[in-house]
Amino acid sequence: MSRHATPDRAAAVLLEGVHKFFGNYHALRGIDLTIAKGEVCVVIGPSGSGKSTLLRCINQIEQISAGRVRIGGTLQGYDERNGRLHELSPRAIDRQRRLTGMVFQRFNLFPHMTALGNVIEGPVQVKRIPKAEARRIGRDQLARVGLTDLEDRYPNQLSGGQQQRVAIARALAMEPEVMLFDEPTSALDPELVGEVLDVIKDLAASGMTMILVTHEIGFAREVGDRMVFMDHGTIVEEGQPKQMLAAPKSTRTQAFLSKVL
Amino acid sequence: MASGHDDAARDEGQKVRLNDVVPHRHPGRWVAVALLAVVVAQVAHGIIVNPNFHWDVFWQYLFAPTVMAGVGWTLMLTVIAMLVAIVCAVILVLMRDSENPILRTVSWLWIWFFRGTPLYTQLLFWGLFAVLFPRLSISVPFGPEIIGVPTDWVVTAGVAAILGLGLCESAYLAEIFRAGFRAIDRGQTEAAQAIGMSKGRIWWRILLPQALRTIIPPTGNETIGMLKGTALVLAVPFTLDLMFATNAISNRIYLPVPMLMVAAFWYLAITSVMMIGQYYLERHFGRGQDYVPTRHA
Repeated sequence: MSRHATPDRAAAVLLEGVHKFFGNYHALRGIDLTIAKGEVCVVIGPSGSGKSTLLRCINQIEQISAGRVRIGGTLQGYDERNGRLHELSPRAIDRQRRLTGMVFQRFNLFPHMTALGNVIEGPVQVKRIPKAEARRIGRDQLARVGLTDLEDRYPNQLSGGQQQRVAIARALAMEPEVMLFDEPTSALDPELVGEVLDVIKDLAASGMTMILVTHEIGFAREVGDRMVFMDHGTIVEEGQPKQMLAAPKSTRTQAFLSKVL
Repeated sequence: MASGHDDAARDEGQKVRLNDVVPHRHPGRWVAVALLAVVVAQVAHGIIVNPNFHWDVFWQYLFAPTVMAGVGWTLMLTVIAMLVAIVCAVILVLMRDSENPILRTVSWLWIWFFRGTPLYTQLLFWGLFAVLFPRLSISVPFGPEIIGVPTDWVVTAGVAAILGLGLCESAYLAEIFRAGFRAIDRGQTEAAQAIGMSKGRIWWRILLPQALRTIIPPTGNETIGMLKGTALVLAVPFTLDLMFATNAISNRIYLPVPMLMVAAFWYLAITSVMMIGQYYLERHFGRGQDYVPTRHA
């Protein structure tokens, strides 16, 4: 339900009855979710609950099995004509993917490119921005995540926290409408988590629309405008983070929170 | 005993006196070196002063015109056949990983056939190709010919040798390339998709450079194998390569050993040059992973 979204702002992301099957496995079971422009939505839940699949369906790494995903009002992956869905061409889908930036649990930086090379790959190869201009954009983005001096380093010369910040800069360089974070700190050493969370916090403060899957409950409470609890492929409960964490309504949410808090 | 300031390392103004260590000795190594030196000297002596090796004949023919031409032809066969093999292998890998089941099957059958039959047999077949199919033509099936040429205009001995070597090799390379691509984490493709890169661009910019890192060492192996495999082209028969040239001379002068040494010398020389090239290729495609520039501050 969208009672937490500010009604006067257009929905940045809209999911209507989204299902996803992997063979016989029913990973998402009818997800309805509205995320307003500038809203930060944090998604929590046990592993295997479909949180990552949800993000992967939004940016079309996975094709949804039923329902609709809209970003900025545009239907994703399909063209709806005369009541039928027509699959879009790969080119059109690639173009739609530019609307979303994705940050992965395991960074997935390109190991054969420097930090700056990773960041400018999208602008140069996809947006066709001239290299000199792209480098300027890339340096700005690296500065934004606090990595000004490390542009010539290769990923394996960087710490986990630095790698994840490069990955965030790489996503931001494409100027996406929505940023998707898939457990961005789960693969990090404890002392490196903070530097990545700080970058995400700044990003949230800048008004970026974000969906953040995380196990950092404290951080989720601090940064989230809205919290979604998922279990077994459904949204069990959603609400204002502080309220939800203080007084979860569902027994499943209570059970989960009692384990992680 | 510490011998003064040389043994001191500095870190933020603080002087650290490094341990003064007597290194562990390895007397066994010196014994082994001495023994090996004796053996090597014995063997070298036995070969160099041995009249049966006819070193005068070796030097006489080492740079003989037919030998040099043979080196050139062997190199050319190797390079062109390898290029044919690489192009075919790339196409085979793309077919093998495609969503089209027909392309997948064709790729599988190609690899099955060319890997499963001996190279020598394949070269014999390509040599007989012009006899088996006298005309190459485009025609209506079971009907009249539209356009055609005599096969021996197209499939000359050189072309037959290149096709035989190249197509056989493509099957092996296809498997090496496939392994190289499979070794890449799926997250690489997903990350590239997430910034909106197209399938072709992902393949060219993200996957291929990473795959080449693992593909190059075994492909270097295959290239060296191919170099020596060219010695089999007499099956076609192709009669200009290094092995045939040195054999022809030894049959004429009744001295096979020095001519074998000439051939071995040139094969070894070419292999050495190729290994240098491979070193630089590996360094290029290993950047960021195996070959990381030194850290700066």
